[in-house]
Amino acid sequence: MSELHEHRTPVSLKGLSADDPHLAPAARNPQLVERVIALTFVAGTLLMLAFGWAYWINAMPWKLGATMGGGLTFYGIGLIAWAKYLMPKGPFVEERHTLANSDADRDAFAAAIVERGGGVVKRRKMLGGLLGGGLGIFGVVAMFPLIRSLGPLPKSTLFHTDWRSGSYAVDQSGRRIQVGDLAIGSIVTVFPEGTQDSERGQAVDQTVLIRISNQDFTTQKGRETWAPMGYVAYSKLCTHLGCPVGLYEQQLQLLVCPCHQSAFNVTNGAIPNFGPAPRPLPQLPLYIDSQGYIRAQRDYHTPVGPGFWERP
Amino acid sequence: MSDAANTKRMKKAALGPYGNVGKVLGELDDRLGVAKGGRTFLDKIFPDHWSFMLGEIALYSFVVLLVTGVFLSLYFIPSQAMVTYNGNYLPLDGQRVTQAFASTVNMSFAVRGGLLMRQMHHWSCDIFIGAMVVHMARVFFTGAFRKPRELNWSIGATLLTLAIVNGFLGYSLPDDLVSGTGIRIAYSIILSVPVVGTYLGFLVFGGNFPGTVVIPRFFILHVLVVPALILGLVGAHMFLLVRQKHTQFPGEGRTEDNVVGSPMFPVFMAKTTGFLFVVGGVTALLGAFAQINPIWQFGPYDASRISYAVQPDWYMGFLDGALRIFPAWSFHSFGFTIPLEVTIPAVIFPGLVFGLAYAWPTLERLFTKDDAMHNLLDRPSNRPKRTAAGSAVLAMLFMMFVASSTDVLANFFHLPLNTVLWAMRILVLISPFVAYPVTYKICKELQAVHGGGKRKTTNVVTRTGEGEYLATPAPVYVDDRHDELEPTEVPKFIAADEPDVGESGVRTVER
Repeated sequence: MSELHEHRTPVSLKGLSADDPHLAPAARNPQLVERVIALTFVAGTLLMLAFGWAYWINAMPWKLGATMGGGLTFYGIGLIAWAKYLMPKGPFVEERHTLANSDADRDAFAAAIVERGGGVVKRRKMLGGLLGGGLGIFGVVAMFPLIRSLGPLPKSTLFHTDWRSGSYAVDQSGRRIQVGDLAIGSIVTVFPEGTQDSERGQAVDQTVLIRISNQDFTTQKGRETWAPMGYVAYSKLCTHLGCPVGLYEQQLQLLVCPCHQSAFNVTNGAIPNFGPAPRPLPQLPLYIDSQGYIRAQRDYHTPVGPGFWERP
Repeated sequence: MSDAANTKRMKKAALGPYGNVGKVLGELDDRLGVAKGGRTFLDKIFPDHWSFMLGEIALYSFVVLLVTGVFLSLYFIPSQAMVTYNGNYLPLDGQRVTQAFASTVNMSFAVRGGLLMRQMHHWSCDIFIGAMVVHMARVFFTGAFRKPRELNWSIGATLLTLAIVNGFLGYSLPDDLVSGTGIRIAYSIILSVPVVGTYLGFLVFGGNFPGTVVIPRFFILHVLVVPALILGLVGAHMFLLVRQKHTQFPGEGRTEDNVVGSPMFPVFMAKTTGFLFVVGGVTALLGAFAQINPIWQFGPYDASRISYAVQPDWYMGFLDGALRIFPAWSFHSFGFTIPLEVTIPAVIFPGLVFGLAYAWPTLERLFTKDDAMHNLLDRPSNRPKRTAAGSAVLAMLFMMFVASSTDVLANFFHLPLNTVLWAMRILVLISPFVAYPVTYKICKELQAVHGGGKRKTTNVVTRTGEGEYLATPAPVYVDDRHDELEPTEVPKFIAADEPDVGESGVRTVER
């Protein structure tokens, strides 16, 4: 019959004699287990040495990790086996004493707070009020440097971009886009000239300029002059969470946001036809100047990007 | 015998039976009085069960996080200042990148062991949060959160929240294309908070996105503020565990008033140190063989660029999935906008889930009217309603996690994205309503199985001299001799004794 299944009643560690069977190891064959554990420790040490060597010769990172990880794992397995099979098997028992104190102790504790402390405060109501009120005021005014200094107020920042009346549309390298630059169905990310290298330009002003064939295009009311010669420009900020709508499905004429798959129909005012985006991409009114450069008529008519409370 | 040897032996005898150890402890006890408490500490009993190891995995991956994190902090430069990258990763040579990105690439390729440390740091974060979630599920399903341990449950839920926050902050630091997109989304989520969202966003980011302070700010939060909070709460978590003692499963000799298991010294100490080594070792092996977050492949963050199949770390998956499947329900009125398509899935929903976790011990106490102390654990099948409720929530969260891969799923199964989206919407909504009754039924069935939850014992077959075979059942395992295992029904209400009222309507009182 297996010794592992041997029945033992839990005993307390206190006053246990040294030859008590509870202190005996759990393993049936401790010598064998000891040898196996010794092997794991030897393997662990060898791998640790290999780790040092690998570091010394500047080996590939995976060799560092393999030797160190292997060494640690061997040590850990050996140590767990040591504890499980060669250390006192038990089971041992320990009393669990109630944490709660007697009613008298509780009352004494409460009395110290309510009678001693409360009595003092009650007799000196004015002092307590002054100190409490003063600290309360400090708490409020301390918030100002702690929180108010963190950043400017939003004011109208979110309502406009750097596109101005007459801004040249330039690509990321700063080259002005001319009317012949794009073939029908092609797309380029543009910025108002001067902002293409700035973080704000990239984050706020980014705009997609697409050239679409005129017969595909449905002009929105009031936007008849905004897309000359099939050049149409939309804000590149997704109206869901502000990711760049970086995928252009040329066949379906869709701009797709890779974050949450909102899709906008570029031939029809960039109205979202799929996904969680609630609003069309704002359209930038364009014109083509006498030299053939693509320029903005004015800034976007609505705030770009995701929704926020003050947005009308 | 020489005189020298004699003096040596006499000196040893003067030290007392416990030699130098005894002497040092004596000196220590003179000053600090540690002997009695120290012995109690070494004798402290830890119950044995594999599921009690889950919290240890979380603790030890936190240790790995601290060690590897200190290493990384020596090489990382938390700055958004632009520099030209001139390092030994040639594809990026000469590119304008932020210092945060450049220093992360440098620590991966120019610092010996740096890439391993970075990968170990990232892997141990994923393991840390994973172990916490599984540990929390264990505590939930076995009822270990009940009185007197409600406070420790709340500390645990706070630790999980802080760990997720810190994981996101750390993931954002390298300023690569994927993490930058994550920060952009986080900013938009902050904006979606009604009334104060815009102000919050401007305060956190020091202005409109992206600004120039977000990486340094996230850095100090990631390496100092949040880890200090986590460390303090881990200390409190451990202190309460020692003070209130561990829970245990019912079994032979185990009652509400004792703890049965192995002593702190040496058994538990050796075992738990072994776990520390295994957790560290497995993390190092993962760091060696499984690539994680190769930021040099994503490239530096540029707000106007984006890569395909953008996905966060696994623990943010449920949020990303919720954002993907929630319909475009923006609310406009009175000149104001509430972007419900963001606020509900990314602010209100996680608030509800964590709020439910915090409130559960109180809710269960209100519901069961069970005000007793509980040190013996439940078998999940003996508490079918709790178990079913837990699996309903987990099923819903898991489906949301799956929903964070709608595009990948659509590609993989060659399905239209629309089909996958609607399938995930339906699955997320119905999964809790399927998981609850199925779990409930399984629990009820398990209760009815004779000997359910106990290990099967073998039959020992012996052959007698006459050639006759005899099969005798082997004795049951020690842990399976259960006296208290039968479910104890928690009383739903206490019936008040009807006063003895006679026909006259007058209550007669016996004296």
